[in-house]
Amino acid sequence: MLRTEEMLLNVGPQHPSTHGVFRLVIKIEGEIIKEATPVIGYLHRGTEKLAENLQYTQIIPYTDRMDYLAAMTNNYVLCHAVETMANITVPDRAEYLRVITMELGRIASHLVWWGTYLLDLGATSPFLYAFREREMIINLLNELCGARLTFNYMRVGGVKWDAPDGWLEKVAEFIPYMREQLHGYHQLVTGNEIFLNRVKGVGTYTREEAIAYSLSGANLRCTGVKRDLRKDEPYSIYNRFSFGVPTREAGDAWSRYECRMEEIEESLKILEQAVAQFPSDGPILAKVPKIIKPPKGEAFIRIESPRGEIGCYIASDGKKEPYRLKFRRPSFYNLQILPKLLEGENMANLIAILGAIDIVLGEVDG
Amino acid sequence: MMQELLQSAPSWTKVGIFFGLAVLFLFVVLGFVTFAILSERKIMGFMQMRIGPNQVGGSWGLLQTVADVLKLLLKEDTIPKKADRPLYILAPVLAFAPAFMVLATLPFTNQFQFADIGVGLLYYIAISGITTIGVVTAGWASNNKYSLMGGMRAAAQMISYEVPLVMSLVGVVLLAGSLNLREIVAAQEDIWFIFLQPVGFIVFFIAAIAELNRVPFDLPEAESELVAGFHVEYSGFRWAFFMLAEYVYMFAMAALTTLLFLGGWHSLPFLDFIPGAVSFALKFSVVIYVLIWIRVSFPRLRADQLMEFAWKVLLPIALANIFLTALLKELF
Amino acid sequence: MDKNELTRLKKEAAEKAKAAAIKRRQEKERQASESGQDLELAKKKAAAAAKAKAAAAARAKAKAASTEKKEEESSVEPSPNEPLLQRYIQIIERQVGTDSYEEYYINRLSKDVPTILAKPHTYMDIAQVLKQQLHFDFLAELHGTDFETHIEVYVYLCSLQNGQSVVLKVKLDRDNPMIPSLVPLWKGADWPECEAYDLIGIKFSGHPNLKRILLGEDWIGYPLRKDYKPHDEGV
Repeated sequence: MLRTEEMLLNVGPQHPSTHGVFRLVIKIEGEIIKEATPVIGYLHRGTEKLAENLQYTQIIPYTDRMDYLAAMTNNYVLCHAVETMANITVPDRAEYLRVITMELGRIASHLVWWGTYLLDLGATSPFLYAFREREMIINLLNELCGARLTFNYMRVGGVKWDAPDGWLEKVAEFIPYMREQLHGYHQLVTGNEIFLNRVKGVGTYTREEAIAYSLSGANLRCTGVKRDLRKDEPYSIYNRFSFGVPTREAGDAWSRYECRMEEIEESLKILEQAVAQFPSDGPILAKVPKIIKPPKGEAFIRIESPRGEIGCYIASDGKKEPYRLKFRRPSFYNLQILPKLLEGENMANLIAILGAIDIVLGEVDG
Repeated sequence: MMQELLQSAPSWTKVGIFFGLAVLFLFVVLGFVTFAILSERKIMGFMQMRIGPNQVGGSWGLLQTVADVLKLLLKEDTIPKKADRPLYILAPVLAFAPAFMVLATLPFTNQFQFADIGVGLLYYIAISGITTIGVVTAGWASNNKYSLMGGMRAAAQMISYEVPLVMSLVGVVLLAGSLNLREIVAAQEDIWFIFLQPVGFIVFFIAAIAELNRVPFDLPEAESELVAGFHVEYSGFRWAFFMLAEYVYMFAMAALTTLLFLGGWHSLPFLDFIPGAVSFALKFSVVIYVLIWIRVSFPRLRADQLMEFAWKVLLPIALANIFLTALLKELF
Repeated sequence: MDKNELTRLKKEAAEKAKAAAIKRRQEKERQASESGQDLELAKKKAAAAAKAKAAAAARAKAKAASTEKKEEESSVEPSPNEPLLQRYIQIIERQVGTDSYEEYYINRLSKDVPTILAKPHTYMDIAQVLKQQLHFDFLAELHGTDFETHIEVYVYLCSLQNGQSVVLKVKLDRDNPMIPSLVPLWKGADWPECEAYDLIGIKFSGHPNLKRILLGEDWIGYPLRKDYKPHDEGV
């Protein structure tokens, strides 16, 4: 008797391409995926529960560990939410430092994505090139706040450390260097026929689907929706810089790739302007009480992280700890569309699609 | 010397001599594999701005691979409970033995060759196909889903690429008028076949990389998709056998490329003082270097694109090349 | 020009508020120093108030909040989002009914976002109106909060074409928190609802695949409820 059987395959939680402890149970016929069920929660640390017993400043280190590839934006969303509630005005110098660190973080995050995505597709070198540049960014941030990944840099009302002497010059030097390297990246990868074949037309969704599934960041912009909170609902001092919001129409992995690569260039533009406008003097921390007590009420604040819209909900009862803290974690929302995208695809495309969504498991699991 | 031995009357001493020479050659090949791996790591390191091995055996890491092999020998030999035991043990042998067998007909210089058989080229291609069985066996016997998928991919890929590989060589055979590797080299005395058969060379080289399961055609062991593909359950020296087979094939394929397209041991006209063996080694090294270079630069193809590429692109080109070669040979 | 004026106005308002706060504090200190007995009495009163029924407290809180709001509204200029909120409410009243919501207000703490507090039975209808008539096509956030007296679902919606945001809230019974799922309207509500179910224990009826997404099906209790006792307490 000849017959074919469907096979149940566990991809992860230990698998080279699931970027952490993500598990995907797939039903396959040969190499064709019939059904995919994501299983998450392996990295759930209960940040929101822990935060209920911590003061606001004490929560900042916990946010570092959510999206550990772009911890600065996480820092910022919490601080910004508290500042908005307590109506604290942040000094200019601090805002500039925040923007510079956040944009550096955005570039670093996209670099990791670029490297690992190509590693997923079987190219080993881009990973090392990307990490070389990322290392420089990390060194810059390390010099600023003494940590390479979990920065714990921002405070409610400003930042913790001022830029050391010569730091801004180093950032300014990094910008043209990164542009040059980016050019090299495009030469190595972007025109590669094999790469184009792997990503063009893979994991396509429409603009309507992207909106319906609450996708954000490059995952939304790749369908032609021009949405970037830095532009649409300017926070911090982003309205002082001119930069573009890269979009594409196709909605496939390739357009996501293009969007992210262009975002690096736009971030470099912001950095350039921020370094040029950097105020020579001034405080880096607003006059805030030692123990911050936002007024009674609730607030939900969103900003643009490298992965999409990151949000922070605070319900305060006027005490020094939040009554309830909730993060909108973009990777968590972005991952929802995965089962739909995987249906009918093969194993190789699974990796190409999952990688293009750009998830960080620390963020998915909270 | 070998020719005389082969044609003399059989006796146990002759068998002994043959065996001794084969063992000697095995060690030469193992030595090559040792340093091929090291050079691959060093070159990759150089291209990726890393240092590469630099601890074991001096600052060049000369003994790194030796240490790795020793580690593999000491490793626990695991056989999964649900594996098909006899097949699981047989598979690495099936994969490695043909890799070593194909070396017998390769002439490395005018004198140094084990068996000068009339259909050397055909022998190489026929024997190298057996390795596929070893890989599929390993994939099946491991009783692992990833292995199975890797094994199936390997079977599909290696069988598909065998076709354009052979077809691309027909042009060379037409020009040389022989399947004997020595005669093919002799026919390149004046001009290398890479210049007479550029299309054939390109098709051959692509198909050869696919046969070797190297990037960008490393689908059977695609790390990011299938974890390790067909050898995911293998450890220790059984695993080393697969790696060994892979590198011996790389050795053989680079040698074959040199013989068929780069004029074998013939030097360039104005560099006649270089001995044949050195000339051969230099060309051979260039081929190996290009193989490593390609590995560093390219991402991996997708299975369906791989098949399409073999049947819809490479095969028609190879066939057209045969037609053109035949036409040109007839006219000039 | 306009912006400058606005910031100036804001600053003035803030200064006024500050001055008022200082005055209030001084007043308080004066009262406190007048007699220690008063203080003790106040303490007792506070304790009694704490012991009082939660519902009453909540009502008082709500009252206090509303009076506070009134005060704010009288002192600070109206929010730019006020007309938007009025429009939403008008359309909701026309489509769902005048008593379909409990209250509506501008949340000044959260960048002036219009906030509508729905009733459990009209929650779905209002959501439908928001999506279909007002084009709130993007669900930015959905989560629940345990307020001890009740459980609240907080839905933050955006309209990408109009660039507007609105918050839809609903209060649920704490013992049996049950609400229709928003997945038919926004597919993006799928996992957030699972998360709310997992951590707070809100049941979303009509959800295609409601599961304990983060903790796993064998977890006991809902960790983000205020009365949750971890089974490995002390670790």
